[in-house]
Amino acid sequence: MGNKRLVQGNEACVEGALKAGARFFAGYPITPSTEIAELMAEKLPLVGGVFMQMEDEIASIATIIGASIAGAKALTATSGPGFSLMQENLGFAAMTEVPLVVVNVTRGGPSTGTPTKASQGDFMQARWGCHGDHPVIVLAPSSVQEVYDLTITAFNMAEKYMVPVVLLYDEVVGHLREGVKLASSQAVIDREMPTVSPSEYLPYATGDGLIPKLAPFGSGYRYHMSGLSHDETGFPTSNPATIEKLLIRLNDKIEKNRKDIIKYKAYDLDDAQVIFLAYGSPVRSALQVQKEARARGEKVGLIQLKTLWPFPHELLADVFAATKADFIIPELSLGQLADEVSKSVPQAKITRVNRNDGALITPAQLEQALKGVL
Amino acid sequence: MNKNWELIISGSGGQGAILAGIIFAEAALANGYNVIQTQSYGPEARGGASRSEVMISHEELAYPKVQACNLMVAMTQESLDKYADMLADDGVLLTDQDIDASALKKSIRVYKAPIFATVEKLQKPMVANILVLGILNTISGIVKPENLSAAIQARVPAATISINLKALEEGIQIGKKLVNA
Amino acid sequence: MNYKQMLRQNKMPHIWCPGCGHGMVLAAFLRALAQKELDPNNVAVISGIGCSSRASGYLDFNTLHTTHGRAIPFATGIKMAKPNLKVIVLTGDGDSTAIGGNHLIHAARRNIDLTVIVFNNNIYGMTSGQYSPLTPHMKLATTAPYGNFDYPFDLVNLAKGAGATFVARGATSQPRHLEKLISQGLDHNGFSLVEVVTQCPTYFGRKNKMGSPVDMLQWQRENTSTSGKEGTIPLGVFVQEERPEYGANYLQLVKTVAEGKSGE
Repeated sequence: MGNKRLVQGNEACVEGALKAGARFFAGYPITPSTEIAELMAEKLPLVGGVFMQMEDEIASIATIIGASIAGAKALTATSGPGFSLMQENLGFAAMTEVPLVVVNVTRGGPSTGTPTKASQGDFMQARWGCHGDHPVIVLAPSSVQEVYDLTITAFNMAEKYMVPVVLLYDEVVGHLREGVKLASSQAVIDREMPTVSPSEYLPYATGDGLIPKLAPFGSGYRYHMSGLSHDETGFPTSNPATIEKLLIRLNDKIEKNRKDIIKYKAYDLDDAQVIFLAYGSPVRSALQVQKEARARGEKVGLIQLKTLWPFPHELLADVFAATKADFIIPELSLGQLADEVSKSVPQAKITRVNRNDGALITPAQLEQALKGVL
Repeated sequence: MNKNWELIISGSGGQGAILAGIIFAEAALANGYNVIQTQSYGPEARGGASRSEVMISHEELAYPKVQACNLMVAMTQESLDKYADMLADDGVLLTDQDIDASALKKSIRVYKAPIFATVEKLQKPMVANILVLGILNTISGIVKPENLSAAIQARVPAATISINLKALEEGIQIGKKLVNA
Repeated sequence: MNYKQMLRQNKMPHIWCPGCGHGMVLAAFLRALAQKELDPNNVAVISGIGCSSRASGYLDFNTLHTTHGRAIPFATGIKMAKPNLKVIVLTGDGDSTAIGGNHLIHAARRNIDLTVIVFNNNIYGMTSGQYSPLTPHMKLATTAPYGNFDYPFDLVNLAKGAGATFVARGATSQPRHLEKLISQGLDHNGFSLVEVVTQCPTYFGRKNKMGSPVDMLQWQRENTSTSGKEGTIPLGVFVQEERPEYGANYLQLVKTVAEGKSGE
């Protein structure tokens, strides 16, 4: 216990990013993510990193993409409205395969919405916010410790898969303070450098694998990078076969690595008749109710999703095949998660518990839902 | 004492209720408890009534917000009126001697302390929140006094440490009188 | 160094129309750059979207073709992450003053060491001839069939007002003069902007009945002046001043903060 510190969610994100090797932050203030920018402004200069406050969120993500292209591990932090503004360049990073981390601390929407209250209305925006079929990884912590741990994971996955990673957590998780160990056993993953000489180098040739080795600008490998559909050289192409091949590979590098990317935590599933399924702050409510129900002898389980995208359809299908359990899905939206789950387990009975007033779903609400199912 | 504490510290924006919650959570963490601290944010936290919530338990905590408050500090009439409904029937209230708590259920234990009269005497109104922590911890016995003192020193501006520690000591003395009364 | 060595010859021919001024701007830029004898590994050329922004792909440097209007913040990230790189932005009038106008003024305000060359042909060429913020009042465009009732920016004064420490304007009708201006911009330590008056015979010229590319260059000769002749578009250097550069300032801050910390 003694080595735990009282840390706020957004502070844990900063500590995790620095631990993962992040040395570049560009952002624009927005509630409820602003503490991340403030702490980065304080801490990055101390480790020789760069902090920049930009003119808007579009510039913020463009600047960190530039920094990452030059070799830095870079992040920005924002909330729903700013995340919307970042979408075009998030697509650019997906298309050009530039690793970076975007932290979206979610608040009520649409529009200015409810800046100081929690919401999970960005579940789909995090996956499908930008145009085109693009790869993206979305991770979702539900405690301060998980914010720290998954921020490190986010950078590792970004560098490993050469893809933008979104860290998605709601205002409650961002602002609560808990005892946390600011230490991790996760090894830090750094970008792979090309193994061929500059004269033989093709930036987007992936050999037998799916992931390119992009040399940082200024490292002696001169090449062209473009958001246009491109071939292995990086130059634009209008060849239909090359265009399709690129799009398939971009998405396959995530789809074919689902096992490595999909993280979750399961509680008491084996004999479960009812399973709570949640991510973010509703996990906290569900966990309390699940524990109390087990103590009463009720066969209740819980699945906490830590990876939201790619969505763990196969996990849910397997669990349902084994248990035939009913699902209760609490979420701070009209049902974006529940809709996706119904694709995984179309036969399952799903009870939705939705809350859209900015407050957390209470254990009492979930107790009531549980009574209706058992 | 083996019990779960669900603490609310409330006051008007600027009185330091939120910082007091953070400091008390840090002291409880150092004391070996599991803790979660949350607070009200935004326009409502500027002026008006604001609150800091601290969950304190030897068991694992999941749900982060207070469900049945068994320990409340109300530093203003407005904050008491706004949050009184959150107090459990067997809860404890600590408030200033000039605040009217007569509307509360009789089962609630009310401690009235000379909070603002004392900080006026110290000529430092901004240390009221720390004085309150001294009283609160003395009547509840949740953390060791040295853990509270360490948390205060870690979280208040360096230049104000000595006046804050003086406020803490005053609070402890007031708390002792209340307990013995 | 011959400037042609800086071209990716296998990417020729370029996509620009016959008579377009963009090749002349690119050649002036490369002639200026060739004099600097830089290691091409340490040069990064960033562009946005539009006809001019295709230029980056033709150059044998670290080249980045970004999203519409955003070349400057991308370049900012590269420069701040690797300050030893010479970072140049090639952009057009729509890219830099409409969709990217906000980034332009903020980069100027910061005085970050980028050289921004604006290929100003008064029109959106890539999308076939819509008016831009630099299309003169009442000129014709596909989206201004009755004349452009917007008023244009004066880009030189805009950059000046935003705090750019080097601002110049050249024209494709005076390529040697243009080369000199770009050379000075490249030498400048801080934010430098060179606006280049260039011709789009395909859209702007045809729509406004300006004749052949040669006629358009002749128009430029008659309507621009390096001596401030009344009623002409002035060419030359308009701002050249020393002010601490953003990246250098940042490194100084890092140093000061680190020293302060070790002194604790």
